[in-house]
Amino acid sequence: MSLFSNSTNPEEPAPKDDAPLISLKDVEVHFESNAGLLNLFSESQVVKAVDGVSLEIGSNDVVALVGESGCGKTTLGKAAIGLQRPTGGSVNYRGQDIWATNDNGTGPLSFSEIRRSLQIIHQDPGGALNPNKTVRDILSVPIKTCEPSLSPNDREARIHGMLERVRMSPPSDYAGRYPHQLSGGEQQRVALIRALLMNPDLILADEPVSALDVSLRVDTMDLLLELQEQFNTSFLFISHNISNARYLTEKTGGRIGVMYLGEIVEIGTPDEILHNPQHPYTKVLSWATPQLDSSEKIGDPPIRTIDIPDPVNPPSGCQFHTRCPKATEHCTNHKPALQSTSETHRVSCYRSFGDAHEYWDSPSIAENETTSITQDPQPPANDCGSR
Amino acid sequence: MANTEPYRTPNESNDTPVKLELRDTSVSFSMDRGESRVLDSVSMEVYDGEILGVVGESGSGKSMFASAMLDAIEAPGELTGEVVYHTGDGETVSVLDLSPSELRTLRWESIAMVFQGSHSSWNPTMSIRGHFNETLSYHDFDVGAGMDRANRLLSELYLDPERVLESYPHELSGGMKQRALIALSLILKPDVLVMDEPTAALDLLMQRSIIALLDAIQDEYDLTLVFITHDIELVADLADRLAVMYAFEIIEAGPADHVLLDSSHPYTRSLVNSTPNLETPIEKMQPIPGEAPDPVNVPTGCSYSPRCQLADERCRTEDPPMIDAGNAHESACHYVEHVDEEIPLSITDVTVQ
Repeated sequence: MSLFSNSTNPEEPAPKDDAPLISLKDVEVHFESNAGLLNLFSESQVVKAVDGVSLEIGSNDVVALVGESGCGKTTLGKAAIGLQRPTGGSVNYRGQDIWATNDNGTGPLSFSEIRRSLQIIHQDPGGALNPNKTVRDILSVPIKTCEPSLSPNDREARIHGMLERVRMSPPSDYAGRYPHQLSGGEQQRVALIRALLMNPDLILADEPVSALDVSLRVDTMDLLLELQEQFNTSFLFISHNISNARYLTEKTGGRIGVMYLGEIVEIGTPDEILHNPQHPYTKVLSWATPQLDSSEKIGDPPIRTIDIPDPVNPPSGCQFHTRCPKATEHCTNHKPALQSTSETHRVSCYRSFGDAHEYWDSPSIAENETTSITQDPQPPANDCGSR
Repeated sequence: MANTEPYRTPNESNDTPVKLELRDTSVSFSMDRGESRVLDSVSMEVYDGEILGVVGESGSGKSMFASAMLDAIEAPGELTGEVVYHTGDGETVSVLDLSPSELRTLRWESIAMVFQGSHSSWNPTMSIRGHFNETLSYHDFDVGAGMDRANRLLSELYLDPERVLESYPHELSGGMKQRALIALSLILKPDVLVMDEPTAALDLLMQRSIIALLDAIQDEYDLTLVFITHDIELVADLADRLAVMYAFEIIEAGPADHVLLDSSHPYTRSLVNSTPNLETPIEKMQPIPGEAPDPVNVPTGCSYSPRCQLADERCRTEDPPMIDAGNAHESACHYVEHVDEEIPLSITDVTVQ
């Protein structure tokens, strides 16, 4: 079976080529909203959904991106798998520029071959499956694409094998069902099989468990990781929940990247992100993660405004300074770059740049405010097209 | 345990009055396949001024529990039993016997409700101010004084009243809409606020911010809160008491820290063990095998028995009643005393006094 053709012993890391599986360099995805007659004479507004992100994903790698709604994590994920064309920077697949390949057809691999190696599982599994098709029909499409020579009987056997593998039995019963006859967890598994049948190198899983019940989450994440190991697939997970990101990355030795307004502000191993967070925003996300120990009452959030600033008009300097409890005057007009604090840990906050940094001499802007959270000084974070 | 305020144990101190109670309440739907009982003889008291968290997975009947409190079960669903609301000055109201107009008054002015998914609660063609105005004038409240209250409520929920009131629902982010909805639900000064998954579909930071705000306004407005969620850890530090639902029944209820960290029901313990969190070693997080039952075909005896590792013949035939587990804590399990030995909790370094 070609599905297993590239699977080696899961104990051994896959042989590393010189180039990483996916490499993003200074990727920018800027959305411009100047469409519509009414906006003809007004200035076009730009939303920087992703702004200058560099990230490398290796073979058998697991990376989880965490952040609030609207921080650009899904857009970055789509850029990484070639679904969203960046407006700046480059995305390379095994050293080959994806979008140059699309434009000129240069390089050893064709654009469709690259795209086939990079798959996605959507956030809402119900919406991602065609309601008029049975599970069998849905799963036949990737097999016909990858292995057109397979006979109908072999195809059916393959589908049954995969359904059993994700613990949906009896498979002959499940193969004949329509998506609405499946539970949310089962729909998610069908979407997962569909992606795996394309034999991908990287799967983008956008909030794969957040729609599921709490008791099903660990089970589904275990299944994802089991298949990740068996098929030697890399995973890019997107989540707003650090607990889930921790589970997925701690089990696989992966990394967690924290995103804020289109930028990665901190990235490191789960241990570094959870037990030694450097960026104040990472600490906010940790505060927001509920603890089972209820002995301490929930306090005020460690941020100054609870609404995210308007992405059309993002704050100057460090973008987090409008909400940061540690911000100083220096942060309002200087932008920290992502710097390494250990081999695996990188952070963009002046507080981590040494005691001699001028940040420490700059007056705090947070202490001048009387309340712990103030009014959001920005216009609402909404769709930019309406104004 | 470093609890800042001592927990009032309602059953032990008789001076905490009951605000709202369900007595033997059931909701059923007739279906082709048979009768579907989506709330099964539930009795529950909500004490004045407390925050009651109701936790259950999808399809456990928790939304039916919320709707039953306001007699808001839609046909063809059938609600039986008793729902009693205590006004606070000695009077009791039997909610299921109210006329439609009395029910309308009760629903906003005594008990308000915030539903899941704020987008469907707002009229997209009306400004936020319009919603406040309409609600106030429909209930014959003074609009001027009411709008002052609206301004105050919105500010307390960290919204800019001027800007929010002039906006249409689509101009606000999800978190802002949900907070504005909480303000709207409190505009007619209800005593009780019932919230069905009020923070679902928001990111975790906004969910927790809303919970911190609820904790603050609950005190200030002297509210009784019923917070319904599928996420047990979300309400862990907000709720005074927790009730856990499984298969259309309440299977455990008690002080929040006891239910979480010293629970007396196998389901709750397994649920706590299966919840992803930051403290538990990951190898100790275990999923619960099996699935929740179909409402048409609930197992005989204890409804959790097919999934329970403690289940024996008695569990499969005899439905356990709520059994006192001490400390105002009740659990519907025949083996209440053995649960803690048989199913150790994975959060080991935390103890309950």
